[in-house]
Amino acid sequence: MSNIELVFPEIFISLSIMFLLILGVFKKNSSKIIQNLSLLILLITAVITFNETLSVKQITLFNESVIIDYLSSFMKIVTLLAAFVVLLISPNYLRAFKIFKIEYPILILSSVLGMMIMISSNDLIVFYMGLELQSLALYVLATFDRDKLKSSEAGLKYFVLSALSSGLLLYGCSLIYGFTGSTNFDVIANQFNANEYAITFGIVFILVGLAFKISAVPFHMWAPDVYEGSPTSVTLFFTIVPKIAALTVFIRFLFVPFLNLIEQWQMILVFLSIASMLFGAIAAIGQKNLKRLIAYSSISHVGYALAGLATGSNDGVQSSIIYIIIYIIMNLGFFSCLLMMKRNNVYYEQIDDLSGLSKNHPMLSLSLLIILFSLAGIPPLAGFFAKFYIFKSVIEQSMYFLAIVGLLATVVAAFYYLRIIKIMYFDKEKESYDKDHSLGLKFSLTFSTLIILLYFIFPSQLVDAVSNINII
Amino acid sequence: MDFPILSSLILLPLIGALFLFFTKSRNDNKITVKYVVLFTSLVNFFLSIYLWFLFDQTTSEFQFVEDRIWIEGLINYKVGVDGISILFIILTTFITPLCIISVNNSINDRLNEFLIAILIMETFMIGVFCSLDLVVFYLFFEAGLIPMFLIIGIWGGSRRVYSAFKFFLFTLLGSVLMLVAIISIYWITGTTDVVKLYEIGVDTKYQNLLWLAFFSSFAVKTPMWPVHTWLPDAHVEAPTAGSVLLAAILLKMAGYGFIRFSLGLFPTASEVFTPLIYSLSVIAIIFTSLIALMQEDMKKLIAYSSVAHMGFVTLGIFTIQQQGIEGSIIQMISHGLVSAALFLCVGVVYDRMHSRLINTYGGIVTIVPKYSVLFMIFTLAALGLPGTSGFVGEFLILMAAFKDNFLVAVLASLGVIIGAAYMLWLYKRVIFGKLINSDLKKMIDLNKSEIFILSCLAIPTLYFGFYPDPLINTIEVSISDLIDNYNFKIVSKP
Repeated sequence: MSNIELVFPEIFISLSIMFLLILGVFKKNSSKIIQNLSLLILLITAVITFNETLSVKQITLFNESVIIDYLSSFMKIVTLLAAFVVLLISPNYLRAFKIFKIEYPILILSSVLGMMIMISSNDLIVFYMGLELQSLALYVLATFDRDKLKSSEAGLKYFVLSALSSGLLLYGCSLIYGFTGSTNFDVIANQFNANEYAITFGIVFILVGLAFKISAVPFHMWAPDVYEGSPTSVTLFFTIVPKIAALTVFIRFLFVPFLNLIEQWQMILVFLSIASMLFGAIAAIGQKNLKRLIAYSSISHVGYALAGLATGSNDGVQSSIIYIIIYIIMNLGFFSCLLMMKRNNVYYEQIDDLSGLSKNHPMLSLSLLIILFSLAGIPPLAGFFAKFYIFKSVIEQSMYFLAIVGLLATVVAAFYYLRIIKIMYFDKEKESYDKDHSLGLKFSLTFSTLIILLYFIFPSQLVDAVSNINII
Repeated sequence: MDFPILSSLILLPLIGALFLFFTKSRNDNKITVKYVVLFTSLVNFFLSIYLWFLFDQTTSEFQFVEDRIWIEGLINYKVGVDGISILFIILTTFITPLCIISVNNSINDRLNEFLIAILIMETFMIGVFCSLDLVVFYLFFEAGLIPMFLIIGIWGGSRRVYSAFKFFLFTLLGSVLMLVAIISIYWITGTTDVVKLYEIGVDTKYQNLLWLAFFSSFAVKTPMWPVHTWLPDAHVEAPTAGSVLLAAILLKMAGYGFIRFSLGLFPTASEVFTPLIYSLSVIAIIFTSLIALMQEDMKKLIAYSSVAHMGFVTLGIFTIQQQGIEGSIIQMISHGLVSAALFLCVGVVYDRMHSRLINTYGGIVTIVPKYSVLFMIFTLAALGLPGTSGFVGEFLILMAAFKDNFLVAVLASLGVIIGAAYMLWLYKRVIFGKLINSDLKKMIDLNKSEIFILSCLAIPTLYFGFYPDPLINTIEVSISDLIDNYNFKIVSKP
C-alpha cells in the first residue's frame, strides 16, 4: 500500500475513538478530559486532512473502493470543523441537563468517522457501511437525554424510520449490483445498459434513502419531531453535519456512475427540490417552537441545495456546496442564540420566549436579526449570495420554473423569519436571560455573525475554494 | 479618478453608523450622538454638492467611474454617475440631514438605533443611484428593506406590525422576479455591467419577459396602481422621519430604475408596453386622486397624493421624449422635496396634538401663523402652482403627453384638477374655518429647528420653480443621448 497516508485521517480518528473509550472506562469523571481531547482530535484530523489530501487530485484506494479527491477532502474538512464547533458549544447545555457524559463526544466522533467514510466512498458497500456507522451513532445521540420522554421518542422515531430508509437504500444497491455486476461507482459507470429499467428503479430507491437522510420532502416527516425532541446541541448536530456527508454522497452517486441517466433523475431532484422549498416555507409559518421551526426551515434550505444538484452541471454542484456551507454557518449562529436563551439553568425554546429580546440583550438580538435576515436571503448578507449562486446555476440551465418557484418560496419563508424578528424587536420585553455564557458559545455566535455580515466584502474566497471541485 | 468620491459617499454614512454602534446609548449623550450623525450626513451632503460642482454637464458618459473586481469573473463593483443619477444622489444627501434634525421630539426610545438605521438607509439609497452593475444595484435595492422594515416596525404607530410586513413582503415579492431577470441577462449577454449592456443590447426576443420582470419590481416600489396598497399603510404607521425617507427617496428608486434599466436596456419591450404604463399611470392619477379626496387622515391623504404624483412620473418617462423624461426627473425631485415637507408638516402638528385626523384641526391660522405660511407653500407646490417646482415637472410631462397621446394627456390633466381640489380642501379644513377644538389654542408655533428644516425645503422648491435651469442643464445631455440610443435601437431592430 503506497498511498496509505491518504487515509490517515480516518485511521487516526478510529484509533482515537478506541483510546477515548478505554480512557472513559478506566478513569472516573473523565467527561471533561474526553470532551477536550475530542475537540483536539477533531482539529488534528482536520489538519491532517488538510495537509495530506487536499492537494491530491484524484487517487483511489483499496481496490478502488475509496476515493480521495478535492471534493472528499474539502467536505471532510467542513464536516470536521462543523463537528468541532458543535462540540465546542455543547458542554454547558449538557451540564444543565446532567447529561454531560463521556459517550457524547465519543458518539459524535464515531458519527463523524462514518461521515468521512461516506464522503470518500466510491463503492456502494463502503458507502452503506459509512452510512450505518453514522446513523447508529445518531440514533443514540437523539435519545441522549434518555430520561425525557420526548428525547426517547425522538430517538425511536428516528431509528425506525431511518432503518426503513436504509432498507430501501440497500434494496436499491442490490438492484444496481444485480444489473451491472459491480458495486464500484466507476465500474457501474462503464457497465450499465441505459435501457435497463431496473437500474432506474435502483437509482430511485437509493435517492429515496438519501433524501430521507437529508430530510427532503416527501421524506421529511421525522425531522420536526426528532429535532424538537433531541437535546438542542444534538439538534444542531443533526441540522448541519449529516447533511454535508449526505450531500456529498448525493453528488458522487449521481454524477459519477449515473450522469448519463440525467433525464431519469433530474425530474426526481427537481420535484424533491420544489416540494422541499415550498413545504418547508409554508409549514414553518404555524410553528411555535423554535426547534421545530428550524426543522422546517432546514427542509426548505435543503430544497435550495438540491436545486443546485438538479441542474446536473458542475456550476450547480459548486453552488450547492457553497449553499450548504453558508447554511451551516447561519445555523451555527442561530443555535448559538438558542443556547444562550437560558435562565437559571432552564433553556427556553418557544418563539414567544424571544419576546422583546432586543431590550434586554441588544447584541444577542442584533446577531439573531442578522442571522434571520440572512436565512431569509436578503442582501447584502451571506444567505443572499448562497441563493444567488444557486439561481445563477439553475437559470444557466434554463430551468426557469424551478428558479421562479424557488424565489417565490423565499418570499413565503421571509414571512416566518420576519415574525421572529417582529417578536424580538416589536413586542414587549420579558425577564432577561442569563449573561454568563461559555467562551465557546460567544465565539461561535460572534464568528458566524461576522462571517454572515461581512461575507459581501470577500465573496471570492469561498468561490475560489469550491471552484476546484470538478466532479464531471 | 484619484479620489473615490462615490465610494466615499456610500461608505461615509456606514462609518458614522459604525461609530454610533460602539457608542453607549445614554440620556446624557443624546445630543452628542445626534451631532455626530448630523455631521456625518452633512459631510456627505457637501461631498455630493462638490460632486455636482465637478460634474461635467456636456457629456452623457458616466463619470467618476470606479470599477473593481468583486466576485472573480462574475461581478464587478462598478459605480458611476451621469446626468440622470446625480440629482437623486444630491436629493438623498439633502433629505437625510433634514430627517435627522427632525427626530428632535418624536423619537425618544432607542434613538441610537434609529439614527443608525437612517444612516444605513442613506448608504443603500446612494448605492442604488450610483451602481452601474445590475447585481450591485439589486443588492442595494433590496438591502434597503432591512432598515426600513425596522424603522416602521420599531418606531411606528399602532398598526406598525401589519404595515411593516406588508411593506416588506410586497417589495420582496416584486423584487425576486427582477433577480431572475438579472441572472438571465447575465446568461444571455455574459455581463451585468450596465455600460456594456448599453452597447451590446439585449436580444429582442427576450426583452418582453425581462421587461416584465423588472416592471414587477419597479411597479411595486413606484408604487403603481394596483400594487400601491402597501404605501398608505407604510406611510401612516412609519414615524415622520421614516415617511419622509420613504416618500422622498425610496419611491424614486423605481422611477430611476425605469429610466435607467427599462428604457435603457429593453427599448423594444418598452415600446410594446407603453400602452400598459399609460393606462396604469392614468388610472393611478385619477383613481388615487379621488381616493385622496375622501381621506380623513392627513398622512394617508398625502400618501395617496404620492401615488398620483408618481403616476405622472411613469407617464412622463414612457412618453420617451426629451420633455417628458426631463419633466419626470424634475417631478421626482420636486416630489422628493414637497412630499418630505408635507410629511414633516403633518409630523409637526402630530407631535403637538397627537392626532393626524383632519377634523381634529381647523382654524389654526391665527394660532400658528408661521406654520400656516410654510404649509401653504408646500400645498401649492404639491398641486403644481406655477412658480413652484411641482409646476415645472407636471407641465413638461403633460406637454410631452399631449404630443404623444391626446386622450391620455387630457385624462392626466383631469388629475391635476382633482389634485388641486384635495390639496386645497385639506389646507382649508386644517388651517382655516372656525376654531372648534379648544385644545388647539395651546398649540405652539414652529420652533427654530422646524422652521429651519421647512425653509430648507421651501427654498429649493421655489427656486427651481422659477429657475429650473440648473436641473435641466444637468440632465439634458444624458437624456437626449438616452433617447437617441433608444430610437436607434427601435429603428435598427431586426
